[in-house]
Amino acid sequence: MDNTITIISRSAPYGSANARLCIDIALAAAVFEQAVNFVLLDDGVYQLLSGQTPAVIDSKSVDAALEVFELYGIDNIYVDEGSLSSRNLSSEHLAVEAKPLDAAGIAALIEESATVINL
Amino acid sequence: MKFSIVIYAAPYSSEAAFSAFRFVSAVIEQGHEIHRLFFMGDGVLNASRLSVTPQDEKNLQQNWDELIRKNSLDSVLCVSSAIKRGIVDAGESKRYELDGVSAFESSEIAGLGQLVDASVVSDRVVSFG
Repeated sequence: MDNTITIISRSAPYGSANARLCIDIALAAAVFEQAVNFVLLDDGVYQLLSGQTPAVIDSKSVDAALEVFELYGIDNIYVDEGSLSSRNLSSEHLAVEAKPLDAAGIAALIEESATVINL
Repeated sequence: MKFSIVIYAAPYSSEAAFSAFRFVSAVIEQGHEIHRLFFMGDGVLNASRLSVTPQDEKNLQQNWDELIRKNSLDSVLCVSSAIKRGIVDAGESKRYELDGVSAFESSEIAGLGQLVDASVVSDRVVSFG
């Protein structure tokens, strides 16, 4: 199997199940040895924030889940620069290391991917 | 062309699951192939066999079941999404010692590997929800 899957995760971490679904898809794709790009866009950038305490709402930590990506061989975590700046955020606020990308860069990722999951 | 369809949306709460149903019907009518339907998140509720709707409203779950059986479609429910939402087939019901079966037999409960496989094999993966 040879295929690049780009997952665009665009929901905040705890208000819906979307963030968790994107993570599960990424991990499954990595387990099946697919190349994975993981892009945080729109409210999805909140998933990267440091200082998350989801235990108080009986949730599991999304940023911790993103931090294990490296163990699964997922090195390509990207964050949309525009989504960060429009939320008054910068890389110093982030607990998870992500490569900043502009809209053209994301468009290029989509262009070169066999499958795009957008959730 | 070979399509796989991913459905994240629950029936009735939004139009997305209905749109997915109409899209799948159109793909088949136009002579294309559906490699797989993959239901994930709230989308697994589309496979509930316990849904009842008023007589003048479409029962989407029954419509999916008929479409899947009529066209012998490969339909998969994400296992972790399904069991936490009470969508279980005979096997999962037995495994977790539950007292009923809530999923239509026309769908299979399986892991996310089936979604990855669908993305590899299909010309197009189209998501709804």
